[in-house]
Amino acid sequence: MAVLPMKKVLIVGLRKNRKQMLELLQRQGVLEIETAAVHDGDEPDPVFSRTDTAGVRATFEKNITLANQALAVLDAVSPPEGGGGLFVGREKMSLTDYETNIRKREKIMDMVYDLISQDKRRNEIAAEIPKEEGQLEALAPWQDFPQPMDCTGTARTKTFLGSLPNDVPEQEIMSGIDNERVAVDIISHSPEQTCVAITCLKEDAAAVEEKLRHMSFARPAVSGDVPARQKEKLTANLEKLAAEDEKLRDKIKAYAPRRDELKFIADYFRMRSDKYEVIGSLEQTERVFLVRGYIPEQSTRLLEDLLTTRFDCVVEFSDPAEDEEVPILLKNNAYAAPVEGVVASYAMPARGEIDPTFLASVFYYFLFGMMLSDAAYGLIMVIGVAVVLAKGKDTIEPGMRKTLKMFQYSGIGTIFWGVMFGSWFGDLPAVIIRTFFDPSLPADFSIALWVEPAVQPMTVLGFAFIIGIIHIFFGMAALAYTDIKQGKPLDALFDVGFWYLLLIGAIGILINTEMVGGMFGLSLNLPASVITVFEILAGIGAVGIVLFGGRDSSNWGLRIGKGLYALYGISSYLSDILSYSRLLALGLATGVISSVFNSMAAMVAGPPVIGPVLFALIVVVGHVLNLAINALGAYVHTNRLEYVEFFGKFYNGGGKPFTPFTENTKHYRVKE
Amino acid sequence: MGDLGLFFAILGAALAALVAGAGSARGVGMAGQAAAGVVTDQPDMFGRVLILQLLPGTQGIYGLLIAFVAMNNLGIIGGTPANISLLKGLAYLGACLPMAIVGYISAINQAKAAVASIALVSKRPDQFGKSMLFPAMVETYAIFALLISILAISGVGAIQ
Repeated sequence: MAVLPMKKVLIVGLRKNRKQMLELLQRQGVLEIETAAVHDGDEPDPVFSRTDTAGVRATFEKNITLANQALAVLDAVSPPEGGGGLFVGREKMSLTDYETNIRKREKIMDMVYDLISQDKRRNEIAAEIPKEEGQLEALAPWQDFPQPMDCTGTARTKTFLGSLPNDVPEQEIMSGIDNERVAVDIISHSPEQTCVAITCLKEDAAAVEEKLRHMSFARPAVSGDVPARQKEKLTANLEKLAAEDEKLRDKIKAYAPRRDELKFIADYFRMRSDKYEVIGSLEQTERVFLVRGYIPEQSTRLLEDLLTTRFDCVVEFSDPAEDEEVPILLKNNAYAAPVEGVVASYAMPARGEIDPTFLASVFYYFLFGMMLSDAAYGLIMVIGVAVVLAKGKDTIEPGMRKTLKMFQYSGIGTIFWGVMFGSWFGDLPAVIIRTFFDPSLPADFSIALWVEPAVQPMTVLGFAFIIGIIHIFFGMAALAYTDIKQGKPLDALFDVGFWYLLLIGAIGILINTEMVGGMFGLSLNLPASVITVFEILAGIGAVGIVLFGGRDSSNWGLRIGKGLYALYGISSYLSDILSYSRLLALGLATGVISSVFNSMAAMVAGPPVIGPVLFALIVVVGHVLNLAINALGAYVHTNRLEYVEFFGKFYNGGGKPFTPFTENTKHYRVKE
Repeated sequence: MGDLGLFFAILGAALAALVAGAGSARGVGMAGQAAAGVVTDQPDMFGRVLILQLLPGTQGIYGLLIAFVAMNNLGIIGGTPANISLLKGLAYLGACLPMAIVGYISAINQAKAAVASIALVSKRPDQFGKSMLFPAMVETYAIFALLISILAISGVGAIQ
């Protein structure tokens, strides 16, 4: 439960060791490098200069893009095997493998260029094929024409080649023309068009052309050689293209065993680009360079040892100044750490704030469990996560591991509430007994350890409100703790103590009233003296809030006004508590939707053999769906309760997360 | 007159499924368009935007749930319909209305928040956690309506 203390670090190294030292730092990933901003108008530093690395980095970025492109080309032709799914992170790579691969980088880049050029050629082919196919199609009606398509006639004759719309019989074309002097050949005809070759004497050409124009004669879309010969050529060409494409495909496919090298090269340039970004920000002289940054105190020893034993350098640690914005890294015990992601999603603690992770985790799994509340679903989550974690023991990233653990622990909460509410796939056990074994099972059959929310919703609702009150009080206690830790115990009294008095008093009075008590089936009939105690508590609280709620104003009129406004804040406590009714509502939703699917399954279970199969099918599909939707709902609404109702009481956040200089890669993680 | 009571009770159940379901259908559709737009450029965002698209879908499920609980109480599912007085039928209708109306309105407004959150995630993928919260805020009111409808239906069921 803590924000890790940070040290400032200054490393002075020799420039000849710069590459090795930075690579070591990058692999260790324990140091956040501070990049001092340089402004254009600043005086040039008399001692230190900076290297401009923008050009080199642009080359690296280009290579990353090319490598990823090449990888995509390869993946498209030969998809990678298995993959391993959503959760799998980067593979580990030993330092020696890493160095061997680096020596091969020229060869790998050759492969990258080759893959991209093969792909480019394939794209050209892919564009060419439809063009040629289009030509073939245009040639089809002229198939039987024995002359070249650009023939115009002989010395004394003229030939018109072209098409007429619709299917036109020969006589119609000839009508009105002296058929002794004109030869009409119908090459092909279809309902859409008639392709004709008309040969006439040159002196008749004008008349024939005029006649044809009236019939909407159109010149052919193809020209050139004899159609049959053209077709032959085109077909041969198409075959050649297809063969070439196939060959290229095989060539690309042949690279599949070297896929890992492509992944490596993308990662390699990513690391180099990051390294050069750092180099660009370092202060340097001719011989030495300076690295400034932040490091978690627990890693200082390791870093110092690693650097000073291997290189000639100076490593100096110091405490950050009071007003400095130090990056935040959280460290928690195994119970709370899985919730770190939830906290990080909200905001990192600001300077001086406590790490709320542990406090959030105290209720997290419990609230999640109450909203999902099905023992079987919980078991599925616990076992499912265990299987995924075991399978990806080496490759799952720490962040993903925490998230998975969070769902696993929430699964335990879900099992607990499922047992309390008697929900195992909803009412599936009862439905199975009733459908297949004993139809006379009474309607109020229940395996609940406590109550069934659908039967006694008011009991569970009241309990949800109690959880809410405890959760909110817990959040207020955290505020008091922060105040006291920061040396402001009076703030703790004014902002938390008085509210405790008022809220406890008010709840005590309300619970005894007929309206609220009756709602939950309570008739406490507390003795008048107890009520008086509650009234006094509430009174002290209210007066305290009015007097001190606006204590930052020196004007008493204003101060009381603000205090009254602060007292009005009680309405927000009311709505905060009511908000916990979602614990019941979402739990009911899971249970009722389960029973909807179960009854649907029971309706079709009648016929032998096919009935039970359909029953099982509906049950499986229905519950997968229900689990997915309600686990999402439980996750989102647990976060909401933590963020709004709980963090709202004491936690603001606003710290900058610790972002170390590390291997920001996609495929591999190099380890020493 | 007993038939008329049953009619109104079933009308209520039908409205809960129908109106809340229609709202969710519109909402999930709106969010789906935005999600598809993001996936054109960033296919790896699919998982995240899909979750955001799903968020306005819960109202339809709540509506279904209310309809089911009501019909179960009425004995329409797996039994013989109970004989219900006109007053009781109207009470069932009233009990179903919060889920129907609030479900419809909240689904559409939740979808608007989801669309904005999808845009947020497309630009800042690291803010996924927060982006889920904005639509979830709207859902609170659907949950309240669900709660009141359930409590009211079980209350009406107890009326003689």
